[in-house]
This record gives sequence, structure tokens and C-alpha cells, in this order.
Amino acid sequence: MSMILAIAGVEFRILRRNRWLVIATALLAVFALALTLAGATTSGALGVDLLTVSVASMTTLAVYLVPLVALLMSFEAIAGDAERGSLALVLTYPVSRGTLLLGKFSAHLAGLAIAVVMGFGVAGVLAFALGGAGVDSGLALVRLMAGSVLLGAAFLAFGYVVSSFSRSVAAAAGGAGFVWLILVVLYDLVLLALVVWDNGGTFSRQVFPWVLAANPADALRLFSVTASADQALVSGMGSAVAALPQGAALVSLFAWPLVGLMLARLVFGRRVP
Amino acid sequence: MVDRSVLEVANLTRRFKGDGGVSDVSLTVQAGERVALLGHNGAGKSTLMKGILGLLPIDRGRVLIAGHAIGSAAARAAVAYLPEAVAFHPALTGREQLRLFAKLARVHRKEADDLLDHVGLGHAADRRIGTYSKGMRQRLGMAQVFLGKPALALLDEPTSGLDPIARHDLYTLIDGLAAQGTGVMIASHALTEIEARTDRIAILRRGALVADAPLPTLFARAGLPIRIRVEAPGDAGALFARFGGQRINGARVEFAVTPDKKMARLAEVTALGAEVADMEIIPPSLEDLYRHYSQQESSA
Repeated sequence: MSMILAIAGVEFRILRRNRWLVIATALLAVFALALTLAGATTSGALGVDLLTVSVASMTTLAVYLVPLVALLMSFEAIAGDAERGSLALVLTYPVSRGTLLLGKFSAHLAGLAIAVVMGFGVAGVLAFALGGAGVDSGLALVRLMAGSVLLGAAFLAFGYVVSSFSRSVAAAAGGAGFVWLILVVLYDLVLLALVVWDNGGTFSRQVFPWVLAANPADALRLFSVTASADQALVSGMGSAVAALPQGAALVSLFAWPLVGLMLARLVFGRRVP
Repeated sequence: MVDRSVLEVANLTRRFKGDGGVSDVSLTVQAGERVALLGHNGAGKSTLMKGILGLLPIDRGRVLIAGHAIGSAAARAAVAYLPEAVAFHPALTGREQLRLFAKLARVHRKEADDLLDHVGLGHAADRRIGTYSKGMRQRLGMAQVFLGKPALALLDEPTSGLDPIARHDLYTLIDGLAAQGTGVMIASHALTEIEARTDRIAILRRGALVADAPLPTLFARAGLPIRIRVEAPGDAGALFARFGGQRINGARVEFAVTPDKKMARLAEVTALGAEVADMEIIPPSLEDLYRHYSQQESSA
């Protein structure tokens, strides 16, 4: 345990010094603030408070940006050390590969959580200051933050899988981009195409919600809107949510980081430094 | 005699698809001994080291590090490694990096701080590694080798790319490491340094161990010719007619003798008196020796 903390401490320092922490936080904050201010013009028409609209917009933002930030933090983890030659060195020490991975994961997860809480928190404070926030929408924001951290955790783990596979940092960067494109962009486009093609048939009603929940990025959308009827209203995800048992999205969000880490450990374990 | 071997390799074999790898290598390293591992690029030096370290699965053979099987926690604690051209994360300071290694090696962080002074990085300990010169990075790498007083240290090309002063400093550190009882194996290309700085030389050729003995033994076994160069006061025609060999210029002749005939030939030369103005004896160089062992096959 103390080994994991020691590795995490050093990795967190690296995250801070190469400015990743600042960049990630600023990136999320700027987008969240912009969306909140833009939401100020539409919230009246829907009859819900400003933060409700803002959280719905931020959810869409989080689905794209949080995986990206997570992958950017993690893709170098193994391949970078291997390229420097320090991976072979570290592995000659009496420390297991699992410990090494968990140390890096702890640091990256802490960095990601700070970026998410600060970035989205700033938007929450702004909405509150403009008078458009209540208990419900405040809770929705907290849900979004928690869900985003879980989503980020999953993509950190995916980043380690890619990094463990890759011979070089450049290859790992390409692989991370590919993972993001597939899981975050193409997955939804394919689903959309299938739903349109199915035209309200069995697939749309029975299979689609499950396939949606199976993807951690979409699971965040589902998780975020189940908070309240208001959220479902502004995000338009109500029907998919209704077809799933309570907590399906949350299970997906919790399961993927674990599955990802196990997969990363497996691939890392087979790597010859 | 008490067995003081810190490394025992028996019939280690690891082949790669196609070419490369090592076959049937057996060798030992005693505590406090410095062994040079020589060989061409691709002769299997790094493969052998990685096999010993447990970084590379081996096909066959047995490796014991201070009596422990490779891969075991005890073996990992007993061995230190310096990879070829290792670079640490540029954003960390030397102290942070070494303290992390100390933690992983389960030794007190005080030892890490002391070692920074020992390798001469005390003044730069709190600067980022990104600002270090190559020599400083290599010294940091040596500092982590010292952590926890390992029984065995494997150094892969520790001096490649260093200037002569930095090399000298590094070898001083290696001597200190051996003096504290660590068995050291150094893979290297730099032949001249090896000569003075190692107790034994092992030569790998195409993955097989072709020599493993102290330097004088290797020289004796190779029986390499000694070259004698004589200079006449005037024209060297008479000397050339007598000794053969080859003429270098008008006044000088160079010829080779086998070690056993050396004294007899020297007596002949000195008996000539004033006919010889000067004489030079050129013993076979380490390079000749290396070439002898690493090319045996192609000449046979």
C-alpha cells in the first residue's frame, strides 16, 4: 500500500509539473462556463433553473472531454517509461506490475477528479450566483461530477491497456486517439444509424438501451439524467432510461474501470520490457 | 573454500525467432569480482543480462542470484541493474527519483540522500533531471545501483557516450561498488577501460560464451604474436634479411614472434650490438585479443 502511495506521489508531481493538471482543469472550466452562460438564455423557455440546463449541457461535454483528458493523461504511462528505459529498471525492483499500475492510476485519478470538480464546480458557482440553482440541480451537478470521475477512471484504464500494447509513445498516442474515436464518437453514430433504420422496432425498444448502457460514455448520459424528471426533459434521454432497470448505468460506470484495470494488468503482464 | 558466488548461470538459453539470443551460457560471478562481458552488437549481451534479471523469459537453464531463483522477491532485492542509456522522467528532481527507488528497494530515504553526495550529485539533487548532462544522468543511474548494497550489479554499457573524465569517475564508482562486496558484471565496448578495471573477461560470440577467464590467462591461451620493431643506424637491409617480417621504412623492420620464442629472439637482437640503434616490443593489444576470440569461427 505504501508502495502504491509512493509511486502515486511521484506520478502526481509529474502530472502537476508537465502542466497537465492545469490544462485539464482550465479546459473543463472554460467549456463549462461557456455552456452555463449560453444556457442562461434558454432556461426560461423550458421552465427549469439555469443549473439544470447547464448540467445537461455539461453532461454532453463530459461525455466527449473527460475520456479525452483521461486518455491524454494515461497513454504515456507504460510506453513512455519503456521508451526511456526506466521501465526495465523499475521492474528489476521488488515491486509488482500491479502495484506499479495502481500507483499510476491513483495519481491520474486524483488529477482527473481535481480537474472535474474544479472545472464543473466553477460553472455551478456561476449558476448559483446568477440565481438559477436549487437543491435538485445542485445534486444533479454532484452526480455529474461523480459520474465523470468514474467515466474518467474507465478511460484511464483503457489508456493503460493501449500503452501496454504499444511499442512506442507515438503508437500509444495513435491508439488512444483510436479508442476515443471508436467509443465516444463512432459508437453513438452507429447506434443512431441502427435506431433510425429499425424505426421503432424491437431493437430500439429492447436492445438499444442495453447497448447504450454498456458503453461507459453513454452510461454517463443515462446516469446523469436519471437524477430527475427535469434532467430527462432537457436532455431528451427519458425513453432509454425508462427501459432500463434502476442503476444499470451506474453498474456500467463502476464496472468499466475495474474491467479496464484488469485488462491493463493482463496486457502489461505479458509485455517484455 | 566458502562459496562466495553471487551469480550462477547454468546453460542459460534464450533464442529469438530467426537469429539472435544466447545459447547454453554458463558462468559465475563471485562477490566483489568485476567481470567484463564483451561481444559485438547483437552477440547477446543484453539478452543475457535481461535473462538473468528475469525481464526476459528464458527457454532453458538455471540462474541463481545470491542463491535465489530469478523472479523471486529475494533475487530482485539482491540484484541491481543499470540499463543501457537509461533516461529518467525529466520533470522529476534527482532526489525525488532516487527516493522513489529507495522506497521500491525498501531502504531508508536517508540512504538515497547520502548516495547523491557519494556519486557527486549533491549540488544538483534538487534540480530537474531534464537539466542534467548525460554524465550526471548516468551517475544518478549508478546511485540507484548502490541502493540497498546489492549482492550483484549488472551494468549495460555504463560508459557509452561519456567523455573521458566522466568515464573515469564512473569506473571509480564501480570500483567502490566491487570494494563493498558487490559482484559486478559490465557489458561494454570500451576495451581499453576494461583492461585495467576488471578481474575477468567473458566474451560472447553469436550467443555463445567463447572465453571466460582473467586477462593474462586469455592472452596466454590465445598465444598471440608479439611484434618486435628494430631500427638500424643506417639501412635496415641486413636486419630485414635476418629477421624477415616487413620493412616499415628504410631504417626499420618489424617482425612477429610467438610468446615462447620471445626471449630467444630478443637475445639475438641484443647480440647484434651497434647494428641495432633502437628496439620496441609491442605486446598484443586487447583489441587483438578480442578479435582473436570473437572471430575464431570465421577463421576456422
